[in-house]
Amino acid sequence: MKKTIKAAVAASVTGVLALTGCSAAGGSSGSGETISVNAFSVMEAANEPVFDDFEGTDDGADVTFQTSYGASGDQSRAVVAGADADVVHYSLETDVTRLVGEGLVAEDWKDNATNGIATSSVVVFVVRKGNPDGIATWDDIVEPGVEIITPNPGSSGSARWNILAAWAHITGNGGSEEEARAFITSLLDNTIALPGSGREATTAFTDGSGDVLLSYENEAILAKQSGADIDYVVPPDTLLIENPATVTVDADETAQSFLEFMTSPEAQADYAQSGFRPVVDGVGIEDVEGANDPADPFPTPETLFTIDDTFNGWGEAADLYFGDGEEGNPLGIITELQQTTGQVGEE
Amino acid sequence: MTSALIGASVEAGPASPEGRRPRRVRRTTPRNTLTRGAGLGLGVAMIWFSLLVLIPLTAVIAAAGQGGWSGYIDVLRNDQTWAAVTLTVSQALVVTLVNIVIGSIIAWVLVRDDFWGKRLLDVIIDVPFALPTIVAGLVLLSLYGPNSPLGLHWAFTPNAVTLALAFVTLPFIVRTVQPVLEELEADVEEAAASLGASRATIVRRIILPSLAPAIAAGAALSFARAISEYGSLVLLSGNRPFQTEVVSVRVLTFIENGNNQSAAALASIMLAVALVVIVALDIVQRRVARRG
Repeated sequence: MKKTIKAAVAASVTGVLALTGCSAAGGSSGSGETISVNAFSVMEAANEPVFDDFEGTDDGADVTFQTSYGASGDQSRAVVAGADADVVHYSLETDVTRLVGEGLVAEDWKDNATNGIATSSVVVFVVRKGNPDGIATWDDIVEPGVEIITPNPGSSGSARWNILAAWAHITGNGGSEEEARAFITSLLDNTIALPGSGREATTAFTDGSGDVLLSYENEAILAKQSGADIDYVVPPDTLLIENPATVTVDADETAQSFLEFMTSPEAQADYAQSGFRPVVDGVGIEDVEGANDPADPFPTPETLFTIDDTFNGWGEAADLYFGDGEEGNPLGIITELQQTTGQVGEE
Repeated sequence: MTSALIGASVEAGPASPEGRRPRRVRRTTPRNTLTRGAGLGLGVAMIWFSLLVLIPLTAVIAAAGQGGWSGYIDVLRNDQTWAAVTLTVSQALVVTLVNIVIGSIIAWVLVRDDFWGKRLLDVIIDVPFALPTIVAGLVLLSLYGPNSPLGLHWAFTPNAVTLALAFVTLPFIVRTVQPVLEELEADVEEAAASLGASRATIVRRIILPSLAPAIAAGAALSFARAISEYGSLVLLSGNRPFQTEVVSVRVLTFIENGNNQSAAALASIMLAVALVVIVALDIVQRRVARRG
């Protein structure tokens, strides 16, 4: 008898947990228009003030938002599988390209003032408080003995920005592919962990592992805002991270006007508070808590590489660097280097 | 995948109260003995089982099969994938063996011995199972990471994989063995002892055969859970190719690259591994049970 009760309790607890998991994805519903926003995880907190401000505009007066957040690739695949979405906002372009391929997003989605980009950031080094190892440049992190953590570029799409930034450090400064391979190899040799996502990598780092975390500026600022005992360094040359957003083909005009609102100075100022660099000019940025210098939160690096200029866009880069060599796909350069360094490390 | 395996293992070896299967009487012609209610029950069971388990599993195998046999071979021929498979299967086997011993001991202690805090232990034994796995990963990372209060720096090493798997699979054998042990009559052991059997003989000839089906069922659950584990490992293991990368991370990498077919192929290979192990456990279990 006792056992039965215990089993019942266990079963109901599991059930409740499962239900909480579901309800977290659902948003509030009300009268008027509903916009379904399907975005990558970090936007969950960043979008709240933007929603509030949009509801204060004429177009957004009666709008309610239905939101869904998760890993960028998973979100995009869910929309392909039929998840409801009017506005999609992902961490990298290939996740939108997937929707274009399925006919869910118009081919000309990049034809606007910001090239389809809604938020941006840069690749930074997150270090221990006070930067005890004096890390300032890419060359400092490949010194022997420096322990690097970076999210897994295989399973996490957004982690690919970090590795490409390292690659751009060589090729963007006039280095050859051979030199870039050698640099990535030493970087991977120093890598002690490849956690599943950017947030998990931050968790592993703040828990005390590693000397350097390759991360995104917004992630570093967010971590500092939530009280993590870390510093971050913007290297003199780094890669601009561009997060695209667009509407699906079924979306109505309200969704379209929200998309336009996302790149308005007002919304960009909200995003800046969450650590994202504005994608348009003329944004009045107040002090950003958590930034190295709250009054000047987004210093311009000496050299800023972009995916379009340095890598000819994601369309080319995705397969060239990260292809997994399965089903006739080419084996990407980074995948190949990961395999060779892994095997060497094993011996 | 786990639910499928639970289904399979329940079919394979339910722990009957005596721990022994009634000997099957062989009939020349099958006879339908189902009453109306029993027929309805069987129908519901089969529909539910098909909807939840059989159809999705068939879909995975069908997706994997599109590339023919070469699809499977190509997936396994990738060194990185092969390393992940061997790591996952070997760690799952190690953990299952450990669980068989430790789990049975814990169950024994909980049923047969009286000690202070027994009730509490009985309740918290389920925690690793009930805890969201990512939380388990977080807990383990703070225990065995660089700030380890125990001085064990196991994060990002293969030890971390063993540890995480052992943590999440601990309750399975305890929970399957416990009820059987509770039902076991102490009279039989006393009778055996009064007839001059040594303690070792009693364990070998009486207790172990009765517990074997339960241990096998728990071991199957624990193995299946271990080869499919993801959540508790992503933080703790470091996911380094060839060193700490497990199959579930590989599958995720395939999906991220849009190779659903390779992902399905690898998933169905793991399914086959699980089936082989479950069948092997069932055979061993029958052997041991028959010795009683």
